[in-house]
Amino acid sequence: MNLVTDCLLPPPQGALLLAVIDWHAALFLLFALVACGAAVMVVLTDNVVRMALHLVLSLGATAGLFFLAGAEFVGSMQLMIYVGGTLVLLVFGVMLTAQTKLVALQTPPGDRVIAGILAAALLAVLVQSAVSIEPWRRPGRAEVQPPSATPLGMALVGVRVDSPAAESESRRRSGYLLPFEIVSVHLLVVLVGAAYLARAKRRRTPRPIDVVASADPPPPPQPGEPERREATSVLVGSGR
Amino acid sequence: MADFLINTVGLPAWLAWSVTAGVAAFLILNVIAGGALVFIWAERKIAARIQDRLGPTRTGGRFGWLQSLADGIKLLAKEDLMPEGADTLLFRLAPYVSFCASFAAFIAMPFAFDVVGQRLNVGVFFVIAVLGLEVFGVILAGYASASKWSLFGAMREAAQVVSYEVPLGMCVVVPVMLAGSMDLVTIGEKQAGWISNWYVFHDPFTFVIFWVYFTCAVASVNRAPFDLAEAESELVAGFHTEYSGLRWSFFFMAEYGSMFLVSGLAAVLFLGGWNGPIPIAELAGWSDGSAATAPYAVRLLGCANLLLKATAGVLLMMWIRWTLPRLRIDQVMTTCLKYCTPIAAVMFAGVMLWQLFLPGGLVPGTRRGAISVREGWLENQAVEPLPPPAEEVSVSNSSGRQLAGVAD
Repeated sequence: MNLVTDCLLPPPQGALLLAVIDWHAALFLLFALVACGAAVMVVLTDNVVRMALHLVLSLGATAGLFFLAGAEFVGSMQLMIYVGGTLVLLVFGVMLTAQTKLVALQTPPGDRVIAGILAAALLAVLVQSAVSIEPWRRPGRAEVQPPSATPLGMALVGVRVDSPAAESESRRRSGYLLPFEIVSVHLLVVLVGAAYLARAKRRRTPRPIDVVASADPPPPPQPGEPERREATSVLVGSGR
Repeated sequence: MADFLINTVGLPAWLAWSVTAGVAAFLILNVIAGGALVFIWAERKIAARIQDRLGPTRTGGRFGWLQSLADGIKLLAKEDLMPEGADTLLFRLAPYVSFCASFAAFIAMPFAFDVVGQRLNVGVFFVIAVLGLEVFGVILAGYASASKWSLFGAMREAAQVVSYEVPLGMCVVVPVMLAGSMDLVTIGEKQAGWISNWYVFHDPFTFVIFWVYFTCAVASVNRAPFDLAEAESELVAGFHTEYSGLRWSFFFMAEYGSMFLVSGLAAVLFLGGWNGPIPIAELAGWSDGSAATAPYAVRLLGCANLLLKATAGVLLMMWIRWTLPRLRIDQVMTTCLKYCTPIAAVMFAGVMLWQLFLPGGLVPGTRRGAISVREGWLENQAVEPLPPPAEEVSVSNSSGRQLAGVAD
């Protein structure tokens, strides 16, 4: 066994390249480069589907950064929400722009200027905040314990197990249940709205009997009924 | 293993880690590729038996053992065609995207206690998230082929997978809730012991939800009766109409890989993981009941257990495929939105109530570790009268710090 290890071990002076490289930093650089490069490619591409591919690459590399930092929960979230979300975006993008053959997504020059200004402002803020934080301290290997998402999950159901005892009892008890519920209700509203917008819109030619019926004085309507009828007529009108 | 290499063999750290990673990747790759070979052969034989014929009989002896291998060689030798109007880059990339997603999900998939590529604290979530990426390869393939059959197939697949993720996620949450952890290793370990400890037999609700999970899993890996993306009676071959040769086989390997993965996930989440129906190792005295100190032979037994269960799941999927007719797209959506999702939601509430009122099971004291699982909750209850700070620090376990560190 010694023979094998002696062959494999690098000589002390001319250390082997593999052993010298700080793999953490190298992987960080790799993921960061992929993320940034793909992000630039998103801007430079004209084709919707390729844009989506680059966006997925960029977001996936960001997830890789999170995994590298040991934040598996955030990384998985990134994969699930952003990458999966891009997927849905792509599907809808293709569906909505299918008339123009998808090939050229031309941006007007005015939009380019506005987008450039916005991006520059955002970049300035990000760079400023990135350089203003203290240097990161890397924990030694002994310090790192296996991370757990349990406190987060407990906090989401309203029990804080992570805050120190020095804080008051009420602080310790306050979880994220209320924000979580508010966000859920918002999302539910969005879902219902999306289902409403995406439902099958049939052109309804009024039958003679309906015309006759509408000529009659309508019965006292339920509250909310006139709005609904109005909305339906608008959608039917704009449908085809 | 890396520690073993560093401490016992004396390799330098970088080499030890590389070797460990290489071995794990090699094993996972072979589970997928070798598994696909075996499963394709099995599928042919099963399909043949169900349809009252013989299936492959000549290549490699009486049972046609080598048929898949011969097919593999044929696929390697096939010409790699690309349609005229195809998007070259995306067309070439798509099979690998699908395959990589299927492959990457295996990283967090445990085969026995601690026999896992990388033990993730959020293993279930990771597997589901990565598995959802497989559809991206299919969509790319459908788009890049410049064929309307492919695009139709891809669109159907996208709609189907996105819809079925909802009930699938709801079903997966149930074992997570019972075990109090998203770590697949922990979930599997919580079901150790007799068959009654398996989560599928935990209560009536979990029994129902297991079948809902299985339905959604079949749909999310695109198998019949949910294989609308490649409905060969309508869409030629769906999203892989234009593919041939090796690229086509990558799609197939991805499909069989994900079938095996969701079956394995079903085994870990509901069917006791690597624990057999009878705790043989404990009864024979090979281990004292704690998996961490058990000898490696016991883990090997567990590995065999899990592979057996996952294979049974795959065979069940094949049985379903050759028994049920394909659904229409509206029927698929109806199944998902009108049946699977409400059933999953009701069962989810049912499991919650069961845990609330009957946490020890119908016969108290028979269930092992039913109380101790919710560590955060219990610790929180235990520190009710505001304990001294030192104890509290130990309660706020590492992850709080970890998360805070990430937030920084």
